[in-house]
Amino acid sequence: MLTALKRKNAITMMVVAIIILGLSVLAEYVSANVDGMSMLLPILTKTSAYALIAVSMNLLNGFTGLFSLGQAGFMLIGAYTYAIFTIPVAKRAGVYQYYDGGVIQFSIPEFFSEFFGEAGSVIGMSLTLVIAGLFAAVFAFLIGLPVLRLKSDYLAIATLGFAEIMRTFIQFEGSAPLTNGSNTLRQFETFDSLYAYVLVAMVCIGSIILLINSTYGRAFKAIRDDEIAAEAMGINLAKHKMMSFVISSFFAGIGGGLLAMYMSTVQAKGFTSAMTYEILLIVVIGGIGSISGSIIASFLFIGSSEWWLRFLDESSNNIGDMNIFRNGFRMVVFSVIIMIIVLFFRRGIMGDKELWELKFRRKKSKEVAK
Amino acid sequence: MEQLIQEYLPILLAGVSVGGQYALIALGYTMVYGILRLINFAHGDIFTVAGFAMFYAVSSMNIWVAIIFTIVFTVVLGLVVEQVAYKPLRSAPRMSVMISAIGVSYLLQNLMWYFTGGQPQQYPVLPWISDKVTVFGVETNRVTVVTPVLTLVLVVALVTLIKKTKLGMAMRAASRDFETAKLMGIKINRVITMTFLIGSFLAAVGSMLFFSNYSTITPTVGAMPGLKAFVAAVFGGIGSIPGAVIGAFLIGICENIIRGMGYSTFSDAFTFALLIVVLCVKPTGLFGEKLEEKV
Repeated sequence: MLTALKRKNAITMMVVAIIILGLSVLAEYVSANVDGMSMLLPILTKTSAYALIAVSMNLLNGFTGLFSLGQAGFMLIGAYTYAIFTIPVAKRAGVYQYYDGGVIQFSIPEFFSEFFGEAGSVIGMSLTLVIAGLFAAVFAFLIGLPVLRLKSDYLAIATLGFAEIMRTFIQFEGSAPLTNGSNTLRQFETFDSLYAYVLVAMVCIGSIILLINSTYGRAFKAIRDDEIAAEAMGINLAKHKMMSFVISSFFAGIGGGLLAMYMSTVQAKGFTSAMTYEILLIVVIGGIGSISGSIIASFLFIGSSEWWLRFLDESSNNIGDMNIFRNGFRMVVFSVIIMIIVLFFRRGIMGDKELWELKFRRKKSKEVAK
Repeated sequence: MEQLIQEYLPILLAGVSVGGQYALIALGYTMVYGILRLINFAHGDIFTVAGFAMFYAVSSMNIWVAIIFTIVFTVVLGLVVEQVAYKPLRSAPRMSVMISAIGVSYLLQNLMWYFTGGQPQQYPVLPWISDKVTVFGVETNRVTVVTPVLTLVLVVALVTLIKKTKLGMAMRAASRDFETAKLMGIKINRVITMTFLIGSFLAAVGSMLFFSNYSTITPTVGAMPGLKAFVAAVFGGIGSIPGAVIGAFLIGICENIIRGMGYSTFSDAFTFALLIVVLCVKPTGLFGEKLEEKV
């Protein structure tokens, strides 16, 4: 019975994955060929990165109950690791122009493309994404050792502080041969089609879903609901908290790498605590403790902040002398919408339910009715 | 000796002065946290709004009127934020209120951006406190000397208010036990309103002192001092007023010593590193009360 259910779930997941991939190919076509839809591609690309990061934050905040605000720091590590290892050797002198081409004189995608040609480059990029995640995870482990003993607000501010520290170290002159200091990293390799982003994000989010449904996931939820009770039930608090923290940071690192690809230039200046707040808002709008909610919210958040509300910035919409519509009005309206959601729809779009659970419940109630 | 003073006094003065400014912001954080257990993320932005309010006020009115206007405006803003964004969530989980605070911060930043067009503005020169003075042969702005004094005066006034008046007693009761305070007939909403009023007032004063030193205002300029003031509050044990003040002065001085040593890139990082170390050694800050966990 259980295995049959599992097999059914696995098949459903595969089907959903294929449908999403198909949709992303379609979206790419629509974006290139339909008038007025050219924003669709960048929006979906950014969404896949943000969705992954939001889900990783949700794993920590929503499922383990650790209120961490360090996500921007781990994204920063991921983005920089990815960028540093994928700038083609020939372009390094130009990028690291003040530092004699930097200390690293190889590029992982180039290394692989020597053996496998074009495909090798993609393999190299994907591998670098994993390395980016691993770097973030290592840092998470080191910072987690002292910090995870803290509770709620204190944990939040300590992780926030950590993100700021990371930013400083990357901009530091001493580490500049590696990180290019406060200058931008650019010209690194990027995926050239949307479905590659979507695939990476899907694989990562899929693994997080599997993790949450495993025994570890249940332990995380137990810790969230009541730490003391969880400990009494024999759950090793330190171990599970660390695990959740490290895994969340791993995926945040990969998400940071994806974001770097989307932005095509990386600068530490951009990864401020404001970025963490944005992601936290996405998680809250989607519903704390709902993975599908985080994904939907990422799409809505990025879509409305960068696309659908654009008309609010156009001064041509003004009637008469009223100069309401001008640069920045879009973001004002957008933040008012967010405040309305935060104040009146406190549970977010999905609450702590998942999209697939909603379907399941309806079926069940039908059966009961029969 | 003369040379030592010449070399180190400016650093120390700047440190104490910055510390005083942080202290004024930190008090707003710590008082709100003490009563509502809420990290008021919007506090740093209220501080920035005060800067912009002053900038716009000066261009259309007398400087003294402008100062009063700025203070009143900031206080009203603080109260409006409390009424609109925090009061409806009084019975909600703490996380929701904190998110609401982050939302307000986002909104205020975007509003400031909208009204200023994203252009950095030059803070007006305030009379008297922007004058140059010479202290032990070191030339500096008067604001550097005035800040710590003014901060201490305000803190003493605040502590007196909290220790000696009926309102202060109500505040202490509310921060000790919210529910019981309510049962004892304390009008909790009035206490919270007063807390936000005092916090915003201090932020307005802090912003005048701060921007007299760093004269450029942008919509996000308050984020860093806001964060540092919050760190100062946590450092001293959040909820404790002397803790916040001492934490703020310590952070201000350390930061400027590091700047003086030529590592100005690390001054922010140091603040946070110090915070993490303190929290690891003493998880509730220097003067924080120990929280007991109830099963």
